[in-house]
Amino acid sequence: MNKIKTLADLKKLQSEVQSKIKLREKGDIPESLVQIKVSMATCGIASGAKETMNYFIEELDHQGIDALVTQTGCMGYCYAEPTIELTLPGKEPIVYGFVNKTKALEIIEKHIKLNELVDGIIPVNYSSIDN
Amino acid sequence: MKDLSLHILDIVQNSIRAGAKLIGIEINEHPEDNQLVITITDDGTGMSQEQLKLAIDPFYTSRTTRKVGLGLSLFKQNAEMAGGSFILESEQGRGTKVIATFGLRHLDRPIMGDLVGTLLLLITDAQSESDYVFKHQTQTGTFELDTRQIRQTLENVPINHPEVRSFLKEMIQENLEQIQISE
Repeated sequence: MNKIKTLADLKKLQSEVQSKIKLREKGDIPESLVQIKVSMATCGIASGAKETMNYFIEELDHQGIDALVTQTGCMGYCYAEPTIELTLPGKEPIVYGFVNKTKALEIIEKHIKLNELVDGIIPVNYSSIDN
Repeated sequence: MKDLSLHILDIVQNSIRAGAKLIGIEINEHPEDNQLVITITDDGTGMSQEQLKLAIDPFYTSRTTRKVGLGLSLFKQNAEMAGGSFILESEQGRGTKVIATFGLRHLDRPIMGDLVGTLLLLITDAQSESDYVFKHQTQTGTFELDTRQIRQTLENVPINHPEVRSFLKEMIQENLEQIQISE
């Protein structure tokens, strides 16, 4: 059996990664990245938000897209979980409902890469004409 | 919830929302007493006496986005259905503690599920300001993980860096296998 990884091994990895990291410095400014917030409250977790979130993290990394995937609370769309809020740099946030792995891939391929909207958007509340 | 790891993920979200800086997740297996104890502690805002009484009511929540709050109620129900018990302690300004005991070999105990994935998701959240101390104890041994140590080791390398993430995944997985955690 291989030796179990410890903090000392992490230190080795740290120095390796450190030299590469300068290339990714724009990661410090979240506004310049694709941002995905996965709704991760009881309703989301029960509907599989964890799988959705892991899929986004792994697939975006695999495809080399710089993105910030984070967790957020319940947005009030419990009927449509798992829900995500997607913000492309310089754009308004868009909320998608019923995001399973298939939907997640569709969102990556069409919305994130080609900037085409995909079915399943939950419309935001319109402000009235007077406002 | 399908498994215990999802419950942990869910309950920890409460701690995060309470602004906790340090969250403790402890799992203790006691085969001799047929017990599996999950303890989650935080140093968040805590609850008042009234809130504490209401917290396990499924129709009580501090959220405004919806009218139900099922996280704690479901956890309690699962613990009690598996021949266990559920204790919720909280003090305003000090933090909250959830102790759920399950019958380790009880037929109705949910499986542990993807504990590695849950831990990874929590500790590698880039925007999270909470640190975690995870401890899993079995008869074979104990595995402890402190994100403060990890952050210190990483210095300015972000904890959500893909290579760090896959390293941590393997590290947690190997350690949990080593101490032979129950399913």
